[in-house]
Amino acid sequence: MADKTLIEGIREALDEEMARDPRVFVVGTDIGPRGGVFLATQGLYAKYGPKRIIDAPLAESSIVGIGIGAAMHGLRPVCEIQFADFIHPAYNQIANEAARMYYRTGGQYPVPMVIRAPYGGGVGGGLYHSQSIEATFAHVPGIKVVVPSTPADAKGLLKSAIRDGNPVLYLEPKKGYRMIKGEIPTGDYTTPIGVARVSRAGADLSIFAYGMMHHFALQAAMEAAALGIDAEVVDLRSLSPLDTEAVLASVRKTGKALIVYEDNKFVGYGAELAALISEEAFQSLDAPIVRVAGPDAPAAPYSHPLQDYFMVNTKTILAGIRKLAAY
Amino acid sequence: MPKLGESVVEGKIGRWLKQVGDAVREFEPLLEVETDKVTTEVTATVAGTLLQVLHADGAVVAVDTPIAVIGPAGAEIAQAPAPAETHSRTVETVQSRSPLAARATGQSWVSPVVGRMAAEHGIDVATVVGTGEGGRVTKKDVLAFIETRGVAPAPVELAAWEQPGTGELFRPSEEQPGTPVTAAPDVSQTAGETIPLSAMRRAIAEHMLRSVSTSPHVTTVFDVDLSRVAAHRQANKAVFERDGANLTYTPYFVAAIVAGLKKHPSVNASWADNAVRLHKAVNVGVAVALGEDGLIVPVIRNADALNLLGLARAINDLGERARRRQLKPDETQGGTFTLTNHGASGSLFATPIINQPQCAILAAGKIEKRVVVVTRDGVDSIAIKTMCFIGLTFDHRMLDGAGADAFMSTVKAALEGWA
Repeated sequence: MADKTLIEGIREALDEEMARDPRVFVVGTDIGPRGGVFLATQGLYAKYGPKRIIDAPLAESSIVGIGIGAAMHGLRPVCEIQFADFIHPAYNQIANEAARMYYRTGGQYPVPMVIRAPYGGGVGGGLYHSQSIEATFAHVPGIKVVVPSTPADAKGLLKSAIRDGNPVLYLEPKKGYRMIKGEIPTGDYTTPIGVARVSRAGADLSIFAYGMMHHFALQAAMEAAALGIDAEVVDLRSLSPLDTEAVLASVRKTGKALIVYEDNKFVGYGAELAALISEEAFQSLDAPIVRVAGPDAPAAPYSHPLQDYFMVNTKTILAGIRKLAAY
Repeated sequence: MPKLGESVVEGKIGRWLKQVGDAVREFEPLLEVETDKVTTEVTATVAGTLLQVLHADGAVVAVDTPIAVIGPAGAEIAQAPAPAETHSRTVETVQSRSPLAARATGQSWVSPVVGRMAAEHGIDVATVVGTGEGGRVTKKDVLAFIETRGVAPAPVELAAWEQPGTGELFRPSEEQPGTPVTAAPDVSQTAGETIPLSAMRRAIAEHMLRSVSTSPHVTTVFDVDLSRVAAHRQANKAVFERDGANLTYTPYFVAAIVAGLKKHPSVNASWADNAVRLHKAVNVGVAVALGEDGLIVPVIRNADALNLLGLARAINDLGERARRRQLKPDETQGGTFTLTNHGASGSLFATPIINQPQCAILAAGKIEKRVVVVTRDGVDSIAIKTMCFIGLTFDHRMLDGAGADAFMSTVKAALEGWA
């Protein structure tokens, strides 16, 4: 089977779900004849037409609002936010409306919608095209947050998200769109939401990561293996709901936890993981829980050397691994 | 304790150049540290007053371990050097926010999992050998302890022929009545002096033992006519002197070795996990004797890029700094071949031990005038020549006798044909 890219996995999922279910439509900026800035919807406009591939005005709140209304009335919208950095105008629609609608209406109005958003840095995008936003939304009950890190999961998770009865924020590691390659199973399959994956079994310490950072963590673990350090790597895949059992089982086995996230460290997603581990697996810990995360700076710098310093990468993860292994 | 070289994992506190209470400036020499090979001055990383010295002279300390506390004059020091509780800073680490660094390590503290496992298995943690940071007992240490604890080695059934016989005939002689019991004399109790190993002596001991148990050593010896080299040296000594170089025989040997290594790359090699690694770089180590202290092998990097003057200068410089114990640790690393001048102490020929993981070492014997038979135009005559035995000890895993001799022939030709 030929290796495919992560963006191909996303495109295949959209195409197959639209073919399978006439209720599915996509709305977003530049997604029509242009095919989206990252070409996630390339070819779909020609295939499904302007009623199902809708070019929206540059207004994120409205894109999500259209999705909420359509979902409440029986459709299956997929809203594309061009860059996660621009999701903030839609925060009210997502947090106050989409996430709480089912609860507020006593179960009368489920909101089965997907919001896709490319996130993350290391692509020379500077302030407005590099942000990680998962912590903000994982904090909100009522919305699921998933992040694929392989082409197979990109396709399987997106299919699950589209079929899910709840709003799902589907975050795409854009640096990995074409960089991360892998096999995609043939035929219709889904990757369940809420299930983490042990991508590398190990005995010395556990690394928890997702998205682009999972890719780097796996590379760092391979390099650590050459140094005699046997690191276990867990790809969280689903940030909310979190597969707590998978996290705790791994820590109980190794006794050491290294949490890697690209977002800035303070009150980041890894803080929740660290809290969970210390609450539920304290007596299994053999070392302090360590976080390798981005600096608490307002934004990713545009300058390439500064960006390189800013980004968590294989080297910084490996340094964390070595330190924790030696503890 | 700073990391003084690529492969250096610990250092021995040599001598404190500053005493507690002394004011120190940033980058001012603070103490001398001995590593396996060299002694280096360590400078202060911050300015202030030396408040506390954490390790006495002679202590061997792992890299990255605090060795002293520098802070404002008169600052209070906690019993343990805990940066968070005083205003002082350790010499090697600025206050770190890393949870790993902030935790004072030691036997007194156990991690949650170690505490739980010790309680479950009734283990006194103090009896477990710790392999973690600062000697901390890790989960793995406890697991290993549980696995090995109380498991007596299974009794081995001795074969009949290994069972001691019984009866008068088989009784050991020392048990027989009337036989005087003589114990082997314990040399440690006889008159004498016990000298503790210096870091260098320990390194030499370990290296030599490892080398002979690693490589099958074979030595081949050639007799070389150094008359032309001697003449060249005599003619050029003054010129070199003007250029600031003391011209000895060593650069000639190194130059000849370089010619040999270039022509026979299989000698410029080392053993690497069931493979032979041929080196591109020609880095020739030259053994320098340091009297009773031992010896050291500084390395002339890229010796093939240097002419005779360059070699002479490099050898002068490395030798001089080796004798003054001022080599940097990395200057003794990375050699691909070694030369030892045992002839300097009058030895004719020798069988040196290979400098691991190199393939071979060349030994130059005493240079002396000898009577030799020379044949010119079919006529034999007796002549007085400046002669020298050179020996090559090589690792027979990598190199065979024919290859070694081919290399030696090139070296010999380079020396005898010197122009």
